[in-house]
Amino acid sequence: MSDCHTVSPAPRLTPRLRQETTLIALAGQPNMGKSTLFNLLTGLNQHVGNWPGKTVERREGSFTYNGRNIEIVDLPGTYSLTANSPEEVIAREYILREQPDVVVAVVSAANLERSLYLVAELICLPAPLVVGLNMMDVAEQEGIVVRPEALQAALGVPVIPMTATRAAGVSDLLRTIEDVLEGRWVSSPHRPAVRPDHQQILAAVEEALAGFVPPPYPPDWVALKLLEGDAEILQRMQADLPAERWELVTAQLVAHDDALLAIASGRYEWIDQMLHAAMTRPRTGQIGLTQRLDRWAAHPVWGLLILAAMLGLIFGLTFTIGVPLQQWIDDQIVGRLATLAANWLAGAPFWLSGFIVDGVIGGAGSVITFLPILVIFFAALAFLEDVGYMARAAYVMDNFMHLMGLHGKSFLPLFLGFGCNVPAVMGTRVIDSRKARLLTILVAPLVPCTARMAVVAFLAPAFFGARAALVSWGLVTLSIALLIGMGVALNRTIFRGERSAFVMEMPLYHLPNARTIGLLVWQRALSFLQKAGTMILGISAVVWLLSVLPGGSLESSFLAMAGHLLEPVGRWMGMDWRLTVALLTSFVAKENSIATLGVIFRSNQMAANGGLAQTLAAAFSPASALAFLTVTMLFIPCAATVAVIRQETGSWRWTLLSVGLLLALSVAGGSAIYWLASRWM
Amino acid sequence: MNHFPLSVSIPLASLKPGERATFLQFDSGRGVMGRLIALGFTPGAEVRITQNHGRGPLLVAVRGTYVAIGRGEAEKIFVRRAAA
Repeated sequence: MSDCHTVSPAPRLTPRLRQETTLIALAGQPNMGKSTLFNLLTGLNQHVGNWPGKTVERREGSFTYNGRNIEIVDLPGTYSLTANSPEEVIAREYILREQPDVVVAVVSAANLERSLYLVAELICLPAPLVVGLNMMDVAEQEGIVVRPEALQAALGVPVIPMTATRAAGVSDLLRTIEDVLEGRWVSSPHRPAVRPDHQQILAAVEEALAGFVPPPYPPDWVALKLLEGDAEILQRMQADLPAERWELVTAQLVAHDDALLAIASGRYEWIDQMLHAAMTRPRTGQIGLTQRLDRWAAHPVWGLLILAAMLGLIFGLTFTIGVPLQQWIDDQIVGRLATLAANWLAGAPFWLSGFIVDGVIGGAGSVITFLPILVIFFAALAFLEDVGYMARAAYVMDNFMHLMGLHGKSFLPLFLGFGCNVPAVMGTRVIDSRKARLLTILVAPLVPCTARMAVVAFLAPAFFGARAALVSWGLVTLSIALLIGMGVALNRTIFRGERSAFVMEMPLYHLPNARTIGLLVWQRALSFLQKAGTMILGISAVVWLLSVLPGGSLESSFLAMAGHLLEPVGRWMGMDWRLTVALLTSFVAKENSIATLGVIFRSNQMAANGGLAQTLAAAFSPASALAFLTVTMLFIPCAATVAVIRQETGSWRWTLLSVGLLLALSVAGGSAIYWLASRWM
Repeated sequence: MNHFPLSVSIPLASLKPGERATFLQFDSGRGVMGRLIALGFTPGAEVRITQNHGRGPLLVAVRGTYVAIGRGEAEKIFVRRAAA
């Protein structure tokens, strides 16, 4: 008996105009090249957003094939369809409720055994299935032989061999999808069976459910998920079933709590049958490329050295190419634009020219100059992600992350934070447990981002001369040390209790795909520009207003008043009202503090006829400068980061906690450094 | 719960690199179990240790997939060592 042979098409809940668009859903486990295929099909014609009410990325796009308009949705990558995480629920709800015309299951020829596990679940759902047998090249590299025709015959659904990174097999896939849509391909899926010893139990649960399963859920599928102990379906059916029926169901579930293993074993037995016909493994003892590389990359000592070298290389690239480029854009484009606008607006009222020149161009414009640095950083990380290296970085850092009660996966978003804290906070989505995710979000702003490093790079040489590099290194080390300290402290206080489990697939290494990397960089850069164009622009404008109102000059502005008001606190850190104001404006974007100091010292600078850095070095003591840099490193996250913390935690409470913790930490750190420095320097 | 003699059922974490074993059962929570099962850990599956340095996570191959497992989790996965 099949566990899902009675599946009948459920009524369509959201009718679409069938003739006009075809809906395709891409399903697959992580690391199967699903995104590569999606990018190949849609190009830039795609939209990235969130699934409603979830912090899970939703990607959809469209393209035309033979005059047919096709809408394609990239479902979240999941290993199974049992509710272990929001991703699984999203994927199966989408297939059941939206009823796509075709579901394309992307599997890896190099990892066929495990990747068929999801197919074993998808083949039981009431949607036509086409299997894209991807990564034929990686399989060959690992010495695995897969016969697509044999797999197709065994599964009873179309199987198309592909290498999406080289666009091979994609036209075959599209032709087959069309055949399925036109009814030229009649599938007779061979579905997995529940092991004989559990068939009666399944039948008993199904009987108890009879008549109470709401559409679009197939009753036999619901029965199976209940036996698997699926938390989401359990909750749903408890609400939908009358009490006496629910008791019948729970009695079966309690008596057979091993059903999950039996069902999973049944699926793997089914997979074994498929593989028996379709795959030849390499001789035992033959060692694939991945294992050979991992002897180094995942080694507890060499692996850490390799990771350190990679980080060093990325920083090297960022600072040798990115920083000069950033300065060039700042001088040649933003600077000239500001001059141009100032001349052009010479006759306009002061508030208009001030708003455009200082507020819009000076504020949001200077943030945009960081784009080259971010692009280099994003590209380097996307490259490492695409070849499969990032999982190794997480693996070798696991031991270290345990200090904070976190595990290896939390290292990945923190790594991103060196570029910019915004993607770091968003990157915490890879972490499975909410607790570990919140803890990672709370410590992430302590990773020194490029904007803060730019402030350090600007001020340190003027104040510390030859010792500038040492000071910069010390500031980074202090930030990381405090990150660890805060992580350890939070882990022992608010986040006390059980640790989340570290279970992570280590994907096979494969050649990078320029298109995948390019699109990833493009999307991240675009979302950064969107933020610069909306929120950062808005806040820049507000800060500018505060810096000229009510009198028209900075010295008598609201901002200066705030600076004077907070000066007593600033004094602890050796900062006068001017440095305090600079720090306050760094909330908009970290590097704004330089721009603000530029505005404040404009008259002095003209008198001294020197650069801003030299003017500042004459005005403040090295101890004050060191304290100011320390506070800059540790201060509350920039507005964009605060906004994503709110978005990702879904709570103002956690957002305010993050701001409060960092505020306290930066004031304490700055005061301590000032106290020490004014005695020793 | 343990259907196997103690001398036979040993934690995954106690195996050395290169050793093979047959997966028997978990002693972990439902969430971790669900993920391990989907990655191929079902009773009878062959597991091969590719890295175990005595501390830190382990690297194992199961059903053609390399899986990193934290030491804590590997202590709760029980296997039977395969004859060398």
